[in-house]
Amino acid sequence: MATLSVGTLYRGGEGMWTWVLHRITGVSVFFFLLVHVMDTALVRVSPEAYDLVIATYKTPIVNLLEVGLVGAVLYHAFNGLRIVLIDFWSKGPRYQRQMTWVIAAIWLALMVPGTFFMMKHTVEAMFGSTV
Amino acid sequence: MSTTAQPGPVSIPAPRSSQRTRQRSNFELYSWVFMRVSGVVLIFLVLGHLFIMNILDGGVQRINFAFVAGRWSSPFWQVWDLMMLWLAMLHGTNGMRTIINDYAERDQTRFWLKMILYIASGFTIILGTLVIFTFDPNIG
Repeated sequence: MATLSVGTLYRGGEGMWTWVLHRITGVSVFFFLLVHVMDTALVRVSPEAYDLVIATYKTPIVNLLEVGLVGAVLYHAFNGLRIVLIDFWSKGPRYQRQMTWVIAAIWLALMVPGTFFMMKHTVEAMFGSTV
Repeated sequence: MSTTAQPGPVSIPAPRSSQRTRQRSNFELYSWVFMRVSGVVLIFLVLGHLFIMNILDGGVQRINFAFVAGRWSSPFWQVWDLMMLWLAMLHGTNGMRTIINDYAERDQTRFWLKMILYIASGFTIILGTLVIFTFDPNIG
C-alpha cells in the first residue's frame, strides 16, 4: 500500500501533528496578543501603572512563560513558511516531511541560545551570579 | 390518472443545479492568500520584536515606560508596531474564525462564537491603534 501515503498531507504522521501544533500555538499566541495589547495600553494610564504590570513580566514564572511564548511563535512562524512552500513550491508537497525536520532543527538551534539569554537574569537572581 | 405520463417528483432538484451559485464569493480565497502574505510579513515583524524585547541587551528586564517612550519617539517603530498590531490581529482573528468553523457544529454556536471573536478583535485593534497614535511621553 505504498501509494496510499502519496497525496495524504494532513492524515497521520508529520503532516497531521505539525497541523495540530500549528493550531495550538496559533490559538495560544492569539490569546496572549489580546492580553499584551491591553497591558501595553497602560502607557496611556500612567508610567507607574505600566511599570507595575511590566514588573510581572520580569518574575521567574512569567519569564518561563515568555520562553514558551517565543517557542510557540517560532514554531508557528517556521511551520507557516513550510505551509507556504508546500502550497507554492512545485516540490513542496514532496519534501514536506523533510521540511518538518529542518524546521525542528532550526527551532532547536534558536531556542537553546534564546532560552539562555531570556532566562539569564532570572537564573542569576535565583541562584546567584556564578557565570 | 394512471394513464397520464407524470414527470417524476418535482421537489428533487437536478444534480449540479446552480442553486448554490447565488452566494458565491471569493472571500475564502482572499483570506487564504492573506494568511500566507501576512504570515510572511509577520515573521520579520514579530521575530524582530521578540528578539529586541526578550533577548537583546538584557531582554525584558530593561523594559519600562521610559523604554517605550524612547522607541515610540521614532516613526519607524510606530509604523512597525502599528503594522504588527493590524496584521497579527487580522491573521489571528482569521485563524480563530477557521477553527470556530471547524469545531462548532451548531449554527447558533458558530454565530455567537464568531461575534464574540469579532468584538474582542475589533476592540483590541482600536485600542492598540489609539495607544500608538495618542501616546504621550509626558503623561503623569
